Amino acid sequence: IRNGGKSDSVNGHKSGSNQSPSLKSDLISPTMFNLKTLKLKTKQQELLIRVTILCLVYVLAFITRLFSVLRYESMIHEFDPCFNYRTTLFLTQKGFYGFWNWFDSESWYPLGRIIGDTLYPGLMVTAALMYWTLRFLRFAVHIREVCVLGAPFFASNTTLVAYFFGKEIGDLGFRGRPCGSCTDSDLPWLHLEIRSYDNEGVAIFALLLTFYLFVKAVNTGSLAWALASAFGYFYMVSAWGGYVFIINLVPLYVMVLLITGRYSMRLYVAYNCMYVLGMLLAMQIRFVGFQHVQSGEHMAAMGVFFLLQVFYFLDWVKHMLSDTKLFQAFLRITVTTAVVVGVVALGALQLGISHHGRAASTLLLDPTYAKDHIPIIASVSEHQPTAWSSFMFDFHSLLFLFPAGLYFCFKRLSDATIFLVMYGLTSMYFAGVMVRLILVATPAVCLISAIAVSATIKNLTRLVRAKNKVPSTGSSKGASSTKSSSKASLDQSLPFQRNGAIALLVGAFYLLSKYATHCTWVTSEAYSSPSIVLAARGAYGNRVIFYDYREAYFWLRQNTPPDAKVMSWWDYGYQITAMGNRTVIVDNNTWNNTHIATVGRAMSSYEDEAYEIMRSLDVDYVLVVFGGVTGYSSDDINKFLWMVRIGGGVFPVIKEPDYLVNGEYRVDKGAAPKMLNCLMYKLSYYRFGELMTEYGKPPGYDRARGVEIGNKDVKLEYLEEVFTTSNWIVRIYKVKPPNNRW
Amino acid sequence: MGFRLRLDLFLVAIVFLSSPVLSDLVLSKVDRRVDLTSQVVRISSTLKVENEGHDLVSELLLAIPDHQAKHLAYLVAVPIEGKGKAKSAGSSFPVQIVHPEEIPPGLTFYSVSLPKGLDKGGSLTLDVLTVFTHMLQPFPEKISQADFQLLVFQDTAYFLSPYVVKTQTLSVKLPSNARVESYTKLANTKGLDSEIRYGPFENLPPFSYTPIVIHYENNHPFAVAQELVREVEISHWGNVQVIEHYNLVHAGAESQGEFSRLDYQARPHVRGASAFRHLVAKLPPRAHSVYYRDEIGNISTSHLWGDSKKTELVFEPRYPMFGGWRTSFTIGYGLPLKDFLFETEGKRFLNFSFGSPIGELVIDKLIVKVVLPEGSRDISVSVPFPVKQSEEITFSHLDIVGRPVIVLEKTNVVQEHNQYFQVYYRFSSLSMLREPFLLISGFFFLFVACIVYMHADLSISKSSTSYLAKLQWEEVQVAVQQIQNVINRCLSIHDKLEASLHDLSRTGDVQACKATRKSADSLLKELSKELKPSLSFLQSSPQAAQILPKVEELIAKEKELQEKLMLKHSTIVDSSEKKSGGREIENRVAPLQQKVSALRQEVEDLLDVIDEI
Repeated sequence: IRNGGKSDSVNGHKSGSNQSPSLKSDLISPTMFNLKTLKLKTKQQELLIRVTILCLVYVLAFITRLFSVLRYESMIHEFDPCFNYRTTLFLTQKGFYGFWNWFDSESWYPLGRIIGDTLYPGLMVTAALMYWTLRFLRFAVHIREVCVLGAPFFASNTTLVAYFFGKEIGDLGFRGRPCGSCTDSDLPWLHLEIRSYDNEGVAIFALLLTFYLFVKAVNTGSLAWALASAFGYFYMVSAWGGYVFIINLVPLYVMVLLITGRYSMRLYVAYNCMYVLGMLLAMQIRFVGFQHVQSGEHMAAMGVFFLLQVFYFLDWVKHMLSDTKLFQAFLRITVTTAVVVGVVALGALQLGISHHGRAASTLLLDPTYAKDHIPIIASVSEHQPTAWSSFMFDFHSLLFLFPAGLYFCFKRLSDATIFLVMYGLTSMYFAGVMVRLILVATPAVCLISAIAVSATIKNLTRLVRAKNKVPSTGSSKGASSTKSSSKASLDQSLPFQRNGAIALLVGAFYLLSKYATHCTWVTSEAYSSPSIVLAARGAYGNRVIFYDYREAYFWLRQNTPPDAKVMSWWDYGYQITAMGNRTVIVDNNTWNNTHIATVGRAMSSYEDEAYEIMRSLDVDYVLVVFGGVTGYSSDDINKFLWMVRIGGGVFPVIKEPDYLVNGEYRVDKGAAPKMLNCLMYKLSYYRFGELMTEYGKPPGYDRARGVEIGNKDVKLEYLEEVFTTSNWIVRIYKVKPPNNRW
Repeated sequence: MGFRLRLDLFLVAIVFLSSPVLSDLVLSKVDRRVDLTSQVVRISSTLKVENEGHDLVSELLLAIPDHQAKHLAYLVAVPIEGKGKAKSAGSSFPVQIVHPEEIPPGLTFYSVSLPKGLDKGGSLTLDVLTVFTHMLQPFPEKISQADFQLLVFQDTAYFLSPYVVKTQTLSVKLPSNARVESYTKLANTKGLDSEIRYGPFENLPPFSYTPIVIHYENNHPFAVAQELVREVEISHWGNVQVIEHYNLVHAGAESQGEFSRLDYQARPHVRGASAFRHLVAKLPPRAHSVYYRDEIGNISTSHLWGDSKKTELVFEPRYPMFGGWRTSFTIGYGLPLKDFLFETEGKRFLNFSFGSPIGELVIDKLIVKVVLPEGSRDISVSVPFPVKQSEEITFSHLDIVGRPVIVLEKTNVVQEHNQYFQVYYRFSSLSMLREPFLLISGFFFLFVACIVYMHADLSISKSSTSYLAKLQWEEVQVAVQQIQNVINRCLSIHDKLEASLHDLSRTGDVQACKATRKSADSLLKELSKELKPSLSFLQSSPQAAQILPKVEELIAKEKELQEKLMLKHSTIVDSSEKKSGGREIENRVAPLQQKVSALRQEVEDLLDVIDEI
């Protein structure tokens, strides 16, 4: 469908231009009046086509994200969105101040979590505002629907902003068809994975909006646009921690402009306004607060800010001092003092503020940092370096359109294209470091590729059009024999130019259509399968869906005391609180490493030791995820080594080699004795040894790992099984009260 | 046994049976049948009443012990007239609770009023059906996964009544194949396969009481909805939407200790006999868009069958329901309006069933909400049994004043309450159009606002440079547009000239061709005059600096084109006047022709370029 939009747009242009010659040949007899009106119409046609395509793109960007809603249900199912949904619900019920001051005692037991201080409220506030607006307009929607459909809505808005961004760049550099570029850019948009209710959905929109407004401000030098971009930045800060990217990219961009000698008053106005206001606004977000002026990540922006002042000042002095010699002397003095002052200030900063750069950001600059130092960050799959295959999978043909686009950008260098180039290059680097940041790179890659495509297509169509005209003009002539000679005169240089152009055009369309189908396939298959519902192929090729997670969460919700504390690995924390409505020990907001390590330690200890830890944490229930029956591979046994590592990182009692045999991780008979008797192993395999999982295999055959388990006779002393879901994916155990002492 | 003690206390309480006989009625024959097959206790008694006094008696008292009366969900007395069992629900006697004086404590009396009364010596046979909930007590109260559920039922063997009973029998029906742990054995007691028979007992004085206890196995689902909210929403566009929120609990013996999925999977009927895994809801026929979900999403384990008589929804909760386990879920379905909404005397009324469509479900608290469309008036309700009634307002899509909601509340509801109730109201059909109209006008005003925005000048400062520049630029654009128009007209005149040449070569009409040239010439001159003001404006305007050279070039080219074309035209006409050969003409014109077409191409290109600026 997407491809239809694209070819439409180009056909539109072509038909627009084709029409005029053909009209002229027809209009030998009709009046001149007719011609005039038709000529006007072609212009209107272009506008009409552009608006229609934009609308279509908007709608399509929306509906392609509905795959999961349609295929499964209108539901929040990922890990983080669960939390976002829960907080949004709270916000709509208790109002903004209630939300701001919310102390959540249901997570991180017994520490609790101050929600207002530790989250980016942008998403929740946006959703709540949408909800209240709809309510005000008398649409009785449920907040859940707002949350589920909010993400596609924002994706569509992002596409719209991208269009304007492309137009802003296009208007300056190329007079390339913004229309074409917009349609192109929407194609890749498909795979922005902002399909579910997550911060990123709003954040990518805010990111692009900020960039667009900033580029617009730099282009126009208008204070209004700079102000708007400051607000865009504020929105971004309120939505996602990725705002650090903006606050580093923009100064870098300014720096590059300064070095390349493109300093201008427009730049000065845009950056100063955006930085100062943006900073003040960003500090209003409590999670950011004074970090914005204190932490190392934000220093670059401040440095560039001062540098700009120096530039301006020098300009002024130069203007005042007409003598160049005097000016050079002045320059020498000021530069030395500035350097001295700068060094002193930097030293003071280093001393005064303990440098605790956030680990995730440090990871960006040094990809190997986490692997060596912080296992908890390394354990998140989203934080892994991106594999080539996933680049290929996500970007498809954009991957080689990207360099082409860069070439076109460099060919027509302007302030705007420089920005785009820098955005593209830096975000590509970050995407390479961390899988999750592919999201940030996507808009840039899309825009740059769109430039490549639209420039190519424009050139090609020009060739095709040029050829079209000659015969039509020729045919309008009365004397027919002159045609051949005139044609020959125009057609000397390149013999197969036109055919070649057509072939290339067809090729380009083929490429884009392939890309469109690929994107649709990716969104429908890869990015629309919710993690809470597991789908598998049955023995007869039918679709089997496991609802085990929700079965377990709902059981917790209904059949445990309301104040029960559930211990599980942190991955499931948000879901247990949101769906199970029970207090958890640790959750996906991994702010306290020690607490998580304690849970990791409990899981990797012997049962009696673990019991002590659980008693001290007041744990009532333990929840483990087990895939041995269904072959679900991302279960707790496969995550277990991370628990050991994270636990061992804080508690040296836990040593990773104890769980390995010759550096190998096994669960069968050859496994390490500590492994076979640790809590996690026991809870996962309790009574599993009696179960036949697969025909022709011994009982206790673990399908996720393809081995027969090593300890089939698991006895539990301090815990008892209270619930296991129908496919054994989630198992819940109750911690028994201590025995009577007499 | 613990429950024995309470019974004994109760016996003490009603020990003085010497209170005066309340009336002269005598129950000549009583058949009591107790049905213990499900979780509710249904006792139906056939009474034959005789009046042995002198006065007309118009009421009959039924006595139920207090500890049973608090579980009483349903009581109905139906006369049996003549032979056979031609009874209908409509002819039941009105029953109300009474507190006669001088009665023994611990008893609750229900008075059945006999509309016709009972004369001296007259007799009457009637059926009394009483339904009790939560009367069966699990014993032991906690069982493990593998255990069966055992229940205790206690009642009196004699028919408790303020009247003398001449003969009485009692039969207790148990679930088929049920294991009976123990039961009270009286004088003439027969224990059959799934039935226990007591009696007949003869000549019982008023308030006779002999406790019996039956301890037996019953694995029937003990599904109890602690709260059920049924929302019935009427849409006059042809749909009745029903949403039922259940809060379900297994009220049987509580399960204790481990729940092992392995055991349950291997032998579900042995290790999990007391649990129930599915429920059946019999929905009205033609139910559509049925869904089954809970707070955290859709539940996929359900099946739907339908035929012309009913729609059957078989659904499983997320997990098997063991004793004491809870769950909650929502069932929703749509029904065709015409099956449930009728009209009488200008009033509309909804005829809908009161209870839950799930069979054998005990509902502790049932709330039925009937949401009427916005703008309904004169609302009244008729329910066949007493309910608590209130009214509220709800807001749905596009509501302004809100929809009136009738709230009916009743506790202790059993299947027997599945009767139809009626909600009468007035509603004008025009109100149906309110919401579409609201939407249409909303969009209309949106578009109007857009139009106004596009046409209104919203700039604050009329003297700012950017504003002035914008105005100037617009003027420049207008001027360029005019020039373009003129050029286009010129081009079309050129086309005419070409056409005339074409005609000439066909018809040889030289005069016509000349005339065309003349008129074209004058037209072109006029047009070039028209060009002047616009061009001079462009030259004077600073904004046009960018576009001016192109425009000037365009005009120059066009002029050249004009000249060349005229030249060509005159050449051809001249030579055709001289009757030169076609080849000769062509030779002479060829270079001109080439130039003309080249110029024309250039002019068109320039037009395109200007367009793009």
